[in-house]
Amino acid sequence: MATREIISTGNELSAIAAVDAGCEFFGGYPLTPSSEVMHVISDLLPAANGAAIQMEDEIAGICCVIGASMTGVRALTATSGPGVSLKAENLGLAQMAEVPLVLVNVMRGGPSTGLPTRVSQGDVLQAKNPSHGDYKSITLCAGTLAECYTEVVRAFNLADRFMQPVIVLTDETLGHMHGKAMLPTLEEVKEGIVLRKQFDGAPEDYFPYQCEHDEPAVLNSMFKGYRYHFTGLHHDKNGFPTEEIETCRKLIQRLEDKVELHRDELELNEEFMCDDLEENDVLIIAYGSVSLAAKEAIRDLRKQGIKAGLFRPITLWPSPAERIKHYTDKIKNVICVELNIAQYTAEVERVSGRIGSIEGLYKVNGRPIAPNEIVEKVKEVF
Amino acid sequence: MAFNYDKYLRLEKMPTLWCWGCGDGVILKATIRAIEKMGWEQNDICVVSGIGCSGRFSSYVDFNTVHTTHGRTVAYATGIKLANPDKHVICVAGDGDALAIGGNHTIHACRRNIDINFIVINNFIYGLTNSQTSPTTPQGFWTVSQKAGNIDPTFNASNLAIASGASFVGRETMLDPKKLERLLIKGFEHKGFSFLEVLSNCHINLGRKNKMASAMDNLNWIDSITVSKSKFDKMTEEERVNLLPTGVLHHDTEAREYCEMYEEIKAVHQGKRAKITQDDFAKKI
Repeated sequence: MATREIISTGNELSAIAAVDAGCEFFGGYPLTPSSEVMHVISDLLPAANGAAIQMEDEIAGICCVIGASMTGVRALTATSGPGVSLKAENLGLAQMAEVPLVLVNVMRGGPSTGLPTRVSQGDVLQAKNPSHGDYKSITLCAGTLAECYTEVVRAFNLADRFMQPVIVLTDETLGHMHGKAMLPTLEEVKEGIVLRKQFDGAPEDYFPYQCEHDEPAVLNSMFKGYRYHFTGLHHDKNGFPTEEIETCRKLIQRLEDKVELHRDELELNEEFMCDDLEENDVLIIAYGSVSLAAKEAIRDLRKQGIKAGLFRPITLWPSPAERIKHYTDKIKNVICVELNIAQYTAEVERVSGRIGSIEGLYKVNGRPIAPNEIVEKVKEVF
Repeated sequence: MAFNYDKYLRLEKMPTLWCWGCGDGVILKATIRAIEKMGWEQNDICVVSGIGCSGRFSSYVDFNTVHTTHGRTVAYATGIKLANPDKHVICVAGDGDALAIGGNHTIHACRRNIDINFIVINNFIYGLTNSQTSPTTPQGFWTVSQKAGNIDPTFNASNLAIASGASFVGRETMLDPKKLERLLIKGFEHKGFSFLEVLSNCHINLGRKNKMASAMDNLNWIDSITVSKSKFDKMTEEERVNLLPTGVLHHDTEAREYCEMYEEIKAVHQGKRAKITQDDFAKKI
């Protein structure tokens, strides 16, 4: 596979990735530590004949992105936890009306204003259910500089495939990290682009929300002669409000099933030094920037004679339930390492059935976890 | 010959959910006539609405239509317009939608001067949700959330829009549909943000508890608080008290439209012109 080398920051790579993936619109609002995504893309998009706009608040930032996407263009917004809180209601509209978009959340310490310039992974559960109601989030999590690029590209393709928002979690460490990233070539990115489906029959035969029980709506680009209706209300096959009992039930079940029954298209994990793990060895589960420290810790542990490996989900939601269970059934000593208090551990416990028997190392003071902290914790608990 | 609205209506959605005698239907018809006179293609028009009685406007008209969240109408429309500057975007919202929960978006859309036509149906109350105080409910009126009498001072919506930088601001009532149609056409013709305030009745949820329980009583009250701008301008300060002028209240033909200006941003980044400086603007601060 051909690659190209770029020296950059995580935030800049996220912006470059969006434009390379064909994004034509950005709307946002300044929010540390994500602002550099807007700084960079506000140069790149007009150069590429797109548009980037700084709106009056976080809410307007996502609303204009949804509006642009309704017309058929790929659109991005970037923010951090407080901004996701503000965008939540309109993320719900995008779920309900099946409007694709990509949201990059460069996580910082919370809750509330929290620790604006420090790292956290406190938004993992927020990403699962940012808005009220039933729907199935798709959340990807970059663990390296290169993934700040590749996961944004993947997010755009998944958003158009599943017709819904896709959240990419990075964090302050990755967003502001400056270093070398090996990226796929632009040609490879362009070849991998899968745009949203379009109906090309007669307008009178077009029913945007009439689809299989586990498939997304087919929303034609606006202004092309297929006039239909977007709404956040329960709606019928044409997109018009309805309270008809079966239509309402089927719609919400379909929002769940279009993701749930296609998890295989979403799952992406890294399994690092897991091949030789046996029952009494150590499995570390970590994601995002923490996984960089976890790998370092695993090398140290192995030097000290403790066989350890890393399971790293890159798609956090829906979680890789079967793969997690495969390891938690096989390996006794499992520890989750997170920059929050057990947010993903709860999911690991749920899918493994090992309630109370998963160890954890959690840090919530805005500082990254160092490899030696993981080494010491592993030696202490196992 | 009578105007045929059928081409522009989603007839299968009739009757509307609006109450008998509601002004929203008059405003919808005036909007359709104005669109027809503009000669715009149905496929080139997007109508965006929010939440409230006015929010249902979009589902009744046969254009590209978007029913958004409460208050966010112009924010959605900004994305639609900026991504498609050659298309026509009309927003419809009520006084609660545009001035309370969506007030921030309204003032900034005015300031930005993007070419969106924003019809604000001001019926002085939250109608759909049964009579709560809105930012335009007169002081002393009964509302379900201030049964002792409303003490909240009001916004003058059009004055707010002028102060916020909208380049076209007009006010009409639904009492004179022809005048309303003419105002809408002027707003649609204007290149820039058009703020179109339309005073309307809600005899059910405003009038009933405020001694104007019939549509006619409510409309007579609207008539009593409005006067044409030409007459208003000739009045003394004392005579103007408790009156709202109607007609074109503000029209700035010099202000530059946002999407057009954004083309200059593109030109800078594409190496076709030098960076934008203060010399590009007459207004420096």
